[in-house]
Amino acid sequence: MYNFTFHRPTTVRQAAGLLSRNPEAKLLAGGHSLLPVMKLRLAQPSALIDLSQVEGIVGVELKGRSISIGAMTRHADVANSPVLKEAMPGLAAVPGSIGDPQVRNRGTIGGSIANNDPNADYPAACLGLGATIITNKRRIAADDFFTGMFSTALEEGEIIVRISFPIAKKAGYEKFKHPASGFALVGVFASKRGSDIRVAVTGAGSNGVFRVPTFEEALKKRFSPKSLEGLTIPAAGMNSDIHATPEYRAHLVGVLARRAVAKAVG
Amino acid sequence: MPAVSMTVNGKAVSGNVEERTLLVQFLREQLRLTGTHVGCDTSQCGACVIHLDGVSAKSCTLLALQCEGANITTIEGVALSDGKLHPMQEAFREHHGLQCGYCTPGMIMAALDIVRRNGNDLDEHTIREQLDGNICRCTGYHNIVKAIAAGAKNMKGAAA
Repeated sequence: MYNFTFHRPTTVRQAAGLLSRNPEAKLLAGGHSLLPVMKLRLAQPSALIDLSQVEGIVGVELKGRSISIGAMTRHADVANSPVLKEAMPGLAAVPGSIGDPQVRNRGTIGGSIANNDPNADYPAACLGLGATIITNKRRIAADDFFTGMFSTALEEGEIIVRISFPIAKKAGYEKFKHPASGFALVGVFASKRGSDIRVAVTGAGSNGVFRVPTFEEALKKRFSPKSLEGLTIPAAGMNSDIHATPEYRAHLVGVLARRAVAKAVG
Repeated sequence: MPAVSMTVNGKAVSGNVEERTLLVQFLREQLRLTGTHVGCDTSQCGACVIHLDGVSAKSCTLLALQCEGANITTIEGVALSDGKLHPMQEAFREHHGLQCGYCTPGMIMAALDIVRRNGNDLDEHTIREQLDGNICRCTGYHNIVKAIAAGAKNMKGAAA
């Protein structure tokens, strides 16, 4: 790991100021993606801005018909949040499936979303629930936020502060875990909130998380795994690596979507 | 080099570190607490597990500077004040929950956190699931799982 300068702001404003003065800086949240990448010298930031001491960006709250999660909330704290488990257990199950217990004790929702790893779980939950990503500058709909593999709509100097999830009556996540890494080889988040039906897929697409309009249409008639029977998506555009072929990933999208809907209807 | 201070095993410690110094390097190389091991350096194996403010974490994926002001417990801080082994350590000895011993400090630190999260009555399935972040290349885990179940039970009796 190349060396860097290290900063520990206590407010979002200070953090934003540090970012603007250090154009090559990176924000450090849980550090469980960034530090490994720096060890491999795939990233060489000139400065790290540690967000762990920043006030007001931690915690899970019920706000009207939404769940608001502070960007620095650790995976374990989201998974164990009584408020969230009561309001939307389908979302609480997502961070519980990330990595291992030690990773969940450190990793954060804001870090996961900002990194937008193509195999990460939270992007599927955000897109699959129509979440809003709230930064120090604006509110960004999940549909506009994830712009491709490791790429987001975040601009220079922009910091995720909270993520707001509308509470869906029916919500479920199902993933096919890579046995070694725990990452989603494919993961599908399905939800129904009134007439808003969403199916979001992580791990499979060669350009990151995406929605499946054909599945969503089919589920509009009846939100049941049966509505998806026989439906598949084309292998074109699916990711290919030593772990799975595009055809296999496309197959898993169908299987996991049915299971996610089954979970959502409980 | 920046200064860093924290509490390690109940003692206030401080030192100067490079920004990129990992917590595990600070513990091992500056404090000479070499019970915390580096197995993989990629947050997979769990040999470096310590407790950061009471919660298990992998010290190879933490910068020392991130732990400024924190309360750290390493395997050296687990034994009881009278010098006796902690019930979890004793259970690993009793059930032979190790062969080469390299992963053992991390296993014990992770085991203590499993008890914190799940209580003292642990079934085999819970232990195996929750031990996801710790790798042992010798034992096949069988005796480790037995040791953790027994250690967790014995912790209830001993006010640790």
